[in-house]
Amino acid sequence: MGALYDELAKDIHLQEGLNACINCGTCTAICPAAGFYNYDPRQIADIVQQQDDKQIEELLKSETIWYCGECMSCKTRCPRNNTPGQIIIALRSYAQEHGYFTQSEKGRQQIYLKRTVGQWILDHGYCLYLEGVGTDNHPEQGTIWDWRQDNWTETMDRLGANYQKAGAGAMRKIPEEALEEVRKIFEVTGGMERFRKIEEYSAQKASEMGLEDEEYVKEVYTTNSSQDNK
Amino acid sequence: MKVEGKARIWKNYQKEIPDNDFFYVRSCVRQNFFPGAETTFLRIMKDELGINVYDDPAHTSCTGIGYHADIVPFDTTMTVVARQFALMTEKGFKNMIPSCITSFGLYTEILETWEHHPEVLEKARKYLKEATGRTFEIPENLSHASDVIFKFRHKIAERAKYKLINKYTGKPLRVVEHIGCHYAKMFPSKGVGGAEYPYVLTGMVESFGGEIVDYPERRSCCGFGFRQYLVMANRGYTIANTKKKFDSMDPYKPDCIVTNCPGCPMFLDKGQYAIAELEGRVYGDGKYGIPVLTFEELAGIVLGYDPWDIGLQVHQIPVEPLLDKIGVEYDKSAKYKGIGGRDLGKPQHSKLIKAYIE
Ligand code: SF4
Ligand code: SF4
Repeated sequence: MGALYDELAKDIHLQEGLNACINCGTCTAICPAAGFYNYDPRQIADIVQQQDDKQIEELLKSETIWYCGECMSCKTRCPRNNTPGQIIIALRSYAQEHGYFTQSEKGRQQIYLKRTVGQWILDHGYCLYLEGVGTDNHPEQGTIWDWRQDNWTETMDRLGANYQKAGAGAMRKIPEEALEEVRKIFEVTGGMERFRKIEEYSAQKASEMGLEDEEYVKEVYTTNSSQDNK
Repeated sequence: MKVEGKARIWKNYQKEIPDNDFFYVRSCVRQNFFPGAETTFLRIMKDELGINVYDDPAHTSCTGIGYHADIVPFDTTMTVVARQFALMTEKGFKNMIPSCITSFGLYTEILETWEHHPEVLEKARKYLKEATGRTFEIPENLSHASDVIFKFRHKIAERAKYKLINKYTGKPLRVVEHIGCHYAKMFPSKGVGGAEYPYVLTGMVESFGGEIVDYPERRSCCGFGFRQYLVMANRGYTIANTKKKFDSMDPYKPDCIVTNCPGCPMFLDKGQYAIAELEGRVYGDGKYGIPVLTFEELAGIVLGYDPWDIGLQVHQIPVEPLLDKIGVEYDKSAKYKGIGGRDLGKPQHSKLIKAYIE
């Protein structure tokens, strides 16, 4: 009904994730995010199905769309076969493609995710590459994790991994040709473009906030104004 | 025989699981946190079951955590997955088994999308060809690694050295099972037993002699939530959801928890430590916490593998109380040793959750 909705509707997640929502609230009842935040997946489905660009734009700028944990519990339960979690994926993609994400505290966190998970995929071929990721950033990882960090390679070897070595096995060094293929896939399919956009919009926002790059990333990683916590 | 109730419902969700020749794709989370679990899985496949599993050095992450943290677009993710299919095809395999539940859910989602939208499949083929020159066949079967253990659970039970029986009381051990959201909540027909009465872990536990604990939050999420855990500012979401599960299961006095997804055991294990540090609350016996296992570790324990080969020493919650109940023999002094008994020092211990071995 508006240019924004029409663009959003091209996303396969929206096509698959939204039929007619009857506002029953079943998704909200089962949603782990709704238990923790003032977050209501029913409302997300309802706003998007109304196809009102103004309201959708508000959503794109909001904290709300970043509260979902993508557990997809809502998919099992919806009597109309909707998946609010999929609608969220479409909204988050759109928010990043068009720069809305830096307008919310939670949305700004995308730069941290891109610089960690995104970079690990490109550099190592793993979503997580945790040598050196210690209890300073992850205090919940606990005392055994500290011991493992101190003895990373030795514990990997002890448990039959093939850490940073050629050949098959856990945490092997993925061959450079394979990594090159993954990077090429990112280039061809829009993955690199998404990364570039996250960087560009974040750099703009950092300068607006008067923060150096490093300060900005630290800020987005740690700032929690808890505005919607229950 | 007339099959009633739950048994009837889950019979609708019996999936086809092949009996040999699998192309294995590893889990980023498991490799970092529980590398011994994957080692144990391959050992069981080869040594106990004589099954052919191929572990290709050239496969990569499926990018699933990036996809669900919304930094990786769907087109990218599906093409990286298409590349894994291409490796499988080139090596002559037709059955794929991911170690990870996020991967399993994602592969399922991609296959379903391709089925409903053939034009998206064509796009994936085009992208992959352009980026890598590769082509691929769609797997004939996609099963999770746990599905294969489930399929052969009786055979494993026959070869087992131990049963999940409390040696002090003679009663079955009480086990909480946690299958992980993306195993069956998205596509119930793709998981053994579906989303309501998932049977993949229950079947294993029952065949190994244990008893399943039913409790109110049995199906709720471990708390991961991707960005909710990965970013420190959001981590309250994770711990609050983990706590919800523990508060719900604790009154049922489980002897241990067994998990399907590689992430859940990390949250359920370290979550107990974090809750103790934050609130002083220790679940289970109030001293050691509730031990958390992966399904591979559980199978390895009953088969009598050395607990330190399986990797139980990297758990924050000590597993020895469970090993003692089962009657497993193990060498206490070897727990924190490297290869060939090399001294790796010892971890510090939480003041609240007691160390079983100092
Ligand atoms: S996918 Fe998101 S909206 Fe759906 S139940 Fe999970 S957290 Fe809630
Ligand atoms: S469960 Fe489905 S129909 Fe009901 S409110 Fe949620 S999205 Fe709408």
